[in-house]
Amino acid sequence: MNSELKDLKFKVNGKDVELKVKPKMLLIDVLRDELKLTGTRQSCEVSACGACTVNIDGKAARACSILAIQLNGHEVVTIEGVAEGNKLHPIQDAMVKHGAIECGWCTSGMVMSARALLFENPKAGREDIKRALQGNLCADSGYVKYVEAIEMAAEEMRSDK
Amino acid sequence: MEGNNNKYSILGKRMPRVDAPLKVQGQAKYAADYEMAGMLWGKIKRAPYAHARIKSIDTSRAETLPGVKGVIVGKDFGDFKWGWQGNTRDETPLAVDKVRYMHEGVAAVAAIDKDIAEEACDLIEVEYEELPAVFDPFEAMKEGAPLVHEERKNNILVEYHWDFGNVEKAFDESYLVREDTFCTPRMAKGYLEPPAALAWWEHDTLHYIGAKGSPYMIWRILGRAFNLPLSRVRVITPIIGCDFGGTKNDGHALDFATCLLAKKTGRPVKIVYSQWEELTTCLRRHGMWVNVKLGMSKDGYIKGMYTNVVADGGAYARMSVVTMYLCNGFSTVPYKIDNFKTDTYNVYTNNPMAAAMRGHGRYHTQYAMDGLIDMMAKELRIDPVEIRVKNSIPNPKPGETYYTANKVRVASCGVIECLEKSAELFEWDDYKKKEKIDGHVARGAGVSASAFLSGARLTGHNSCSATVRINEDGAVSVQTGATDVGMGSDTAMCMIAAEVLGLEMKDMEIKRVDTAYSYPDPGSYGSRVTIYAGEATMRAAEEAKQQILEAAAKEMGVLADELDIKDRKVILKSDESRFLPWLQAVRLACYVGVGNVIVGKGVSRRGVTPAKDAFQKGIGDTGTNYGIAAQINEVEVDLETGVVKCLEHSSMADDCGFPLNPTIVETQCIGGSYHQAISAGLYEEFVMEEGNTLNPNFVDYKRPRVYEAPFPKFHHAITQDPFGPYGVKECSEATTCTGAGAVVNAIYDATGVMIKNIPATPEKVWRALKDKKAQESR
Repeated sequence: MNSELKDLKFKVNGKDVELKVKPKMLLIDVLRDELKLTGTRQSCEVSACGACTVNIDGKAARACSILAIQLNGHEVVTIEGVAEGNKLHPIQDAMVKHGAIECGWCTSGMVMSARALLFENPKAGREDIKRALQGNLCADSGYVKYVEAIEMAAEEMRSDK
Repeated sequence: MEGNNNKYSILGKRMPRVDAPLKVQGQAKYAADYEMAGMLWGKIKRAPYAHARIKSIDTSRAETLPGVKGVIVGKDFGDFKWGWQGNTRDETPLAVDKVRYMHEGVAAVAAIDKDIAEEACDLIEVEYEELPAVFDPFEAMKEGAPLVHEERKNNILVEYHWDFGNVEKAFDESYLVREDTFCTPRMAKGYLEPPAALAWWEHDTLHYIGAKGSPYMIWRILGRAFNLPLSRVRVITPIIGCDFGGTKNDGHALDFATCLLAKKTGRPVKIVYSQWEELTTCLRRHGMWVNVKLGMSKDGYIKGMYTNVVADGGAYARMSVVTMYLCNGFSTVPYKIDNFKTDTYNVYTNNPMAAAMRGHGRYHTQYAMDGLIDMMAKELRIDPVEIRVKNSIPNPKPGETYYTANKVRVASCGVIECLEKSAELFEWDDYKKKEKIDGHVARGAGVSASAFLSGARLTGHNSCSATVRINEDGAVSVQTGATDVGMGSDTAMCMIAAEVLGLEMKDMEIKRVDTAYSYPDPGSYGSRVTIYAGEATMRAAEEAKQQILEAAAKEMGVLADELDIKDRKVILKSDESRFLPWLQAVRLACYVGVGNVIVGKGVSRRGVTPAKDAFQKGIGDTGTNYGIAAQINEVEVDLETGVVKCLEHSSMADDCGFPLNPTIVETQCIGGSYHQAISAGLYEEFVMEEGNTLNPNFVDYKRPRVYEAPFPKFHHAITQDPFGPYGVKECSEATTCTGAGAVVNAIYDATGVMIKNIPATPEKVWRALKDKKAQESR
């Protein structure tokens, strides 16, 4: 096993991060074990449940299926970097107010998928939202209030501009 | 209901959940998020046989691997065995003499990192003698079949034979008698958070943090396993990523292994299961074979019902004794069935073990009943909604009670309202007139209604306790022994305390269960938390309130019972202009004399004592009351490929007595129906081969996703059950029983094909359509 450490320089939640990692390390291991950003959840390990979704350069990606060293020079935003201080992002605010969240395990991934969608397409409608969330499994909410909350957030973000 | 009918200021309102802000920012801490200085990583060594004798285990190579700090095997736990009940203690933490299901744990290691722990497991050498195995419960019951547990004859764990009324006579007098067998799949619990545990020993006390919905179960079990007084077992509950019964209810290899490895190494040990371990070895929903026979009059009234249920319980007993009771214990609700007979069997096999899951037991028999009812309704030319309304138990008038043939007590039953409102919201009558087939796509709609037990009262300690502490700054600390695994009970408890105290939600705080400080509680199963913890919290808040009122009364020169608390003021009821602000009243109460601590304590006192032998004989109640639900779903069936798509167009109505928080009730009911019921009807099933789970990952094991989610129009039927605190009953287990029947009946409506072995995968539907075509052309 090649355990020679490699340099990794990337941006996480707006801050420059430099560390040495094993080449086999996945992004999720670096986030959770090295940077202690435990809001990104480890669950299916095969890119099927979306609980580990983060944003890489603004796009939704699964942290369980990408090597950390592939992130050199890129920018990662995790669930911990979404709110501005104590002020929730409109997506987060809508999920809280609309009662979308139950056990919360899938929530980080849901927020990150929705955030990437609304970056790319502020006019996203219900079908766009469903497409963006198709890789995010939930086990208890039935998805209805998540979809409706993201619709509400999209509308609020549009009216803010 | 949010209008004038609601007399409360907090209850019945759509309050945001207390835990949601933490969860939405990724700040909620689940078991896997905890770590400690010096912590080791543990891993379970698993067996490659479904049934084999363990001849020897050699751990020497693993022990000498650099970085390994401890290795344990099954016999290190002495002769400790455990189980759900005293008479079902058939399981050891790690297998000792033989393994009974594929990948059962045989040893465990603790090492300085995850990779070394895994490598060490590979270095443990186990010599096995493979034994003949049995995987089919019908084969397992035959004479001469391999025995999973030598002392269990014919591999039967439990059988019930109940007979109420006169079923044979009822069938003789029926116009139409039909019988059919319906099968349900072995199925994952479906939570996404894999089981995780962290254990350490400190001050002679075993400390354990783990994802457990019933922390006091593992508290007792660990006390026995390590021969400790319960005062030296501390179970701390983190945030939990769902439970639904089973592994996160009681225990699994990781729970015991972390504790023993921590003891042996003197360091904290953490084990997080991989999703592969969860899906191959953790508790799953039973696969069942339900034979159901119904007799009906010409106008569609059910005269009698017989069910014969055989369940694959897997290798160990777990909760299967209860499961089999729940299959039929209240299947005489919500339809009036005066003659009812059942024969029920739970059978050991060399498959992974089965246990409780949302809609526990009843979901299987409800799906079978729903299918047969619709087939008979079609023969009798009666509409599926109409035939259900006809057979429904009417809602008893206040003060009146309906008893079923097996003495089940029904004091509230909103099933007719649920069915009629579902039909209205779905626009059922108009829908029925529409053309169903468009090219190769057929559309159809199906309905189901069901009941589920709430406030399940099992044997042993069943009450819940709560404390409400009013801090000197006016902030309120609510604590119960009940565990919110995602259903929203922490929010419900805060709402109840705020209501009683006349305060706001922002004044409330609730912490996770810690057995060192909170009180014993059976935990989160059986839809019991709101019933019992709700009552305890109400009583605790009332007691704390009384202490504040007495202090204020002294100050105001009046009697305490002349006072109340409203909008954060202690008011004189007869003249609200005379009041003390909340903070002033609290300070008076806390600082009077040498000082006081304002704590109210409440214990739940409601709930029935189960009728003698209720579990054995199926007579009477084993809980408080029955939640009711109905739902209607539309599906599209591709007649060429057999692909079934669940559509947004749908409706649902739930009678949980009184929804303390309508938003939470809706999310619960919609989620329970989709993730644990429609999913069973259309998508989920473990594919098994010789005890091996062939699809143990979320790529090959299909879970329901957002793009086929129904978006039901929702109705709350409010029946105010007299036996629940604030009139409440369970919510979402009833909708977990209606989901499969609704979608399978929708396929039947669309195509005329009844799928009797769910899930209705494209292949099964395609084959059934082909067979139907062949029959018709004959």
